[in-house]
Amino acid sequence: MLDLFIIVLAAALVLMLLALTVTAVAAFRFPQATHFVKDLDRRWIFVLMFLAVAIPLLYQLTFPEEPTSLAITVFEEIEKLEPGDKVLMAWDYDPASEGELGPMATAFTFHCATKGLKLYYMTIFSPIGPQMIDDAINNVLKTEFPHYEYGVDYVNLGYKPGYEGVVKVIVSDLKELYTTDHYGTSTRDIPMMKDVRSVQQMDLIVNVSAGYAGTKEWVLFATTPYPENIKMVAGTTGVMAPGMYPYIPDQLLGLLAAIKGAAEYEELVMSAYGSDDLGLAYRKGQLRMGPQLIAHVLIIILIIIANIIYFAEKRRGAA
Amino acid sequence: MKRLVPLWLTAIAGIVMIVSYFIPWAQGLGEVFSIWFDILAGIAFILGGGNLLQIHLKKVSDKGAGWGYSVILLVCFMTTLFVGLGKIGVHPSPQFPDESWSGVYNQSGGPFWFLYEYAFKPLTATMFAMLAFYIASAAFRAFRAKNIEAILLLGTAFIILLGRTYAGVWLTGWISDEGPFRGLRTENLSEYIMQVFNKTGTRAIIIGIALGIASTSLKVILGVDRSYLGSGED
Amino acid sequence: MKKQSLTGSLLLALLATTLVAAKAPAPPANVTAIDHERWDNGTRLDVSWDLSPDDTAGVAHYQVYFSTEPDGDFEWVGRAMAGQTMLTIPDLATGQNYWFEVAAVGADGSASPLRRSAEGVQPTRQAFDGYRLWFVLTVAIFCGAVVYFIRSAKGGKPLKIRKIAGLEAVDEAVGRATEMGRSVLFIPGILDMNDIQTIAGINILARVSKTAAAYGAKIEVPTSRSLVMTAARETVHNAFLQAGRPDAYNDSLIYYVTDEQFGYVAYVQGMMVREKPAACFYMGAFFAESLILAETGNSIGAIQIAGTAMPAQLPFFVAACDYTLIGEEFFAASAYLTGSPEELGSLKGQDVGKLIVAAEVIGGVGVLSLATIILHFSPQSPLGLALMKAVTFFKDVVLT
Repeated sequence: MLDLFIIVLAAALVLMLLALTVTAVAAFRFPQATHFVKDLDRRWIFVLMFLAVAIPLLYQLTFPEEPTSLAITVFEEIEKLEPGDKVLMAWDYDPASEGELGPMATAFTFHCATKGLKLYYMTIFSPIGPQMIDDAINNVLKTEFPHYEYGVDYVNLGYKPGYEGVVKVIVSDLKELYTTDHYGTSTRDIPMMKDVRSVQQMDLIVNVSAGYAGTKEWVLFATTPYPENIKMVAGTTGVMAPGMYPYIPDQLLGLLAAIKGAAEYEELVMSAYGSDDLGLAYRKGQLRMGPQLIAHVLIIILIIIANIIYFAEKRRGAA
Repeated sequence: MKRLVPLWLTAIAGIVMIVSYFIPWAQGLGEVFSIWFDILAGIAFILGGGNLLQIHLKKVSDKGAGWGYSVILLVCFMTTLFVGLGKIGVHPSPQFPDESWSGVYNQSGGPFWFLYEYAFKPLTATMFAMLAFYIASAAFRAFRAKNIEAILLLGTAFIILLGRTYAGVWLTGWISDEGPFRGLRTENLSEYIMQVFNKTGTRAIIIGIALGIASTSLKVILGVDRSYLGSGED
Repeated sequence: MKKQSLTGSLLLALLATTLVAAKAPAPPANVTAIDHERWDNGTRLDVSWDLSPDDTAGVAHYQVYFSTEPDGDFEWVGRAMAGQTMLTIPDLATGQNYWFEVAAVGADGSASPLRRSAEGVQPTRQAFDGYRLWFVLTVAIFCGAVVYFIRSAKGGKPLKIRKIAGLEAVDEAVGRATEMGRSVLFIPGILDMNDIQTIAGINILARVSKTAAAYGAKIEVPTSRSLVMTAARETVHNAFLQAGRPDAYNDSLIYYVTDEQFGYVAYVQGMMVREKPAACFYMGAFFAESLILAETGNSIGAIQIAGTAMPAQLPFFVAACDYTLIGEEFFAASAYLTGSPEELGSLKGQDVGKLIVAAEVIGGVGVLSLATIILHFSPQSPLGLALMKAVTFFKDVVLT
């Protein structure tokens, strides 16, 4: 893999330099060429982007991941927990953002189950949220952790409408709102819910969020009013991540930003607890970093080409 | 009268919500009002659904432009509604085996689950994935180094684009991670930009937005701004 | 031999027990609970106790437990450090009796016997939540400033507001659509009427539809929420009435699509490509669909004006739209477009709020920096400690 990645990067660099050289020459010597590129049908750009994403995916191109400080913090917060500790898994995303958030949700479930933690799943994002929880349960818990028993080791509390209103209630009384789990069983009959009064008794909240309601609502209505009792780490989409930085580290201990954060976290989890038997099932974030790298390089090339043409035309106009 | 009653209702509800936040016995009122709104919004689904049917049935009957899409919409809408509401193909819940409707509507393997898993999920993921294509075309069209600010923006964008992938790590991997120049490694530089510059700018925008929200809400409560009722004038 | 070894074992056990018993600290005494002394919302009790005799020699902390019955199961609720004689217990139920137990815990984890409070105590709800006093003062100052400037603007005081390019272009955009014989598309965001951005968007819709009515342009408003559809219909109808064109109003052009985010944007995108509106307004709360809408509008050659208070979506609108109203500008749009003195006055009041925040930031950062520097060179400096205490009070009490 390392050899392939070196070849791919070198090829990308050569192609980039070639494209830029050709563009620069064409822009200053052949005005018709610049018109062609300037008025290029955007569908050609879509085709280039499609190839940039599809080829690395098909060849399962992965790159080494060096975890950054935020991903390491998230990993260590979960590492600190002891078997039997309670973790609230707030899965606030839907199929649209599964590409970005699915890998980190899978990695979180794997890591927490490996540590023997009690998992309380819930969602406030949308009625489709419980499907994402079911995916995590079916793909991870039932597959790799068959000893995990529903109601004893994990529970799916499902979706409740009300967005931040739900958070405001469950920080003091969880069972007031969640009288049953997602499947209709009374929470009073679920063994692992017996001694749970509120979210404040959770040892950690792990939030995976795609938008509203999500990480921001948990920060505003859970970790800010109860900084001593409620600790949280989160994973968000790339677009949301910049807005979460102001809350680090007081209200939000750590953050996984987009697929890069997921890939770094997967690297940490798999290095610590992975094995060859697992294959690439728990490295989907890293698999998706291949297309991300090529796509980013493509975007940089496009921007530089566009600017070369812009400056060439400006110079011609001035002359 | 037609505008006076809503104005008074808005003012009373707004002031009650603000005051109740500080008075302990009334602090639950905010949640009560939110629940009332949720109930209204839920009932409004019927209004919206009825409007949807009306618009698209008319388009089909008039054979207006794009009426084929209206047919598809109507078929999908009625199918999903029928399958979901009727819990078609859903087995009873183990807790209540004698009640045929006791199963969860989106039970795994059922028709509704099938529609979700093989129609809804791929379609929404596809729409979200289209963003990658649009960002490329937007970058090609719009990102020009026209002035100093634009040049700074482009430079920052390149650092972040490279820093968020292994390309950046590879390009600046020769800089020692422990020396005085470790901050110039792309991944460290991009992290610094996010933690310092981005955080500052985001905080400033959030504060401005919060003040704007407070001011606009006050205008609505005091009846200064009445456009949402249909007109700014009596 | 057997008898001797039995006696030896018993002695050993007695010695071990004595040794073990000697490790655990002595229990605290006189555990009592009273209603929290500060005015609160009726969810707090203050539990106090007399220090364990071993407090200065062996006690690491005190553990506090509570129960709703005098002889029921006691649950852990809090911890106090050695030397502390009181702990405030939050998040209790108003009107419910509580009993408390306290134990002293040594450094090795050994705990003293528990001491229980004699009587059950209920948290009492006061008329005002004292924990929100600073917040009410801040709200009063801000709202007072807004009201003051509204009244002074009403009194005829001229107020200057800077040009906002996006709002200046509204008439131009609608005029362009009229000339080209194409429609105006207005999208009031994808959240419901309980979101202030949607209300701000509807306010702008009033102005845009009035202009469209005056110019004779067609305005189409697909909505993502039923209640927004109802409000938008009312707004547009009144705008057409005001413009003297009630006959031109067509309520089938303001319709509901779907609540589902990407279903909505798929419909709007298809509609834009087929019908090619000449002017597109995106005014409200948007999420991931912002770039899809803006790029599609760009591809059909429409003039696009966007306004939102979602920081994450602003870059997409700025990149793809002709004009973008950023955050506060979006909320100021209604005042800007109507030119009403009262609304302009509220903008001035908003500026007072910004001044207060700026002063707090600069003051707080300055004082904290000074305190840190002083304490770095002189850790026991009274000035440094006082400044640090002031900053901590400001951060933990005033701003909380």
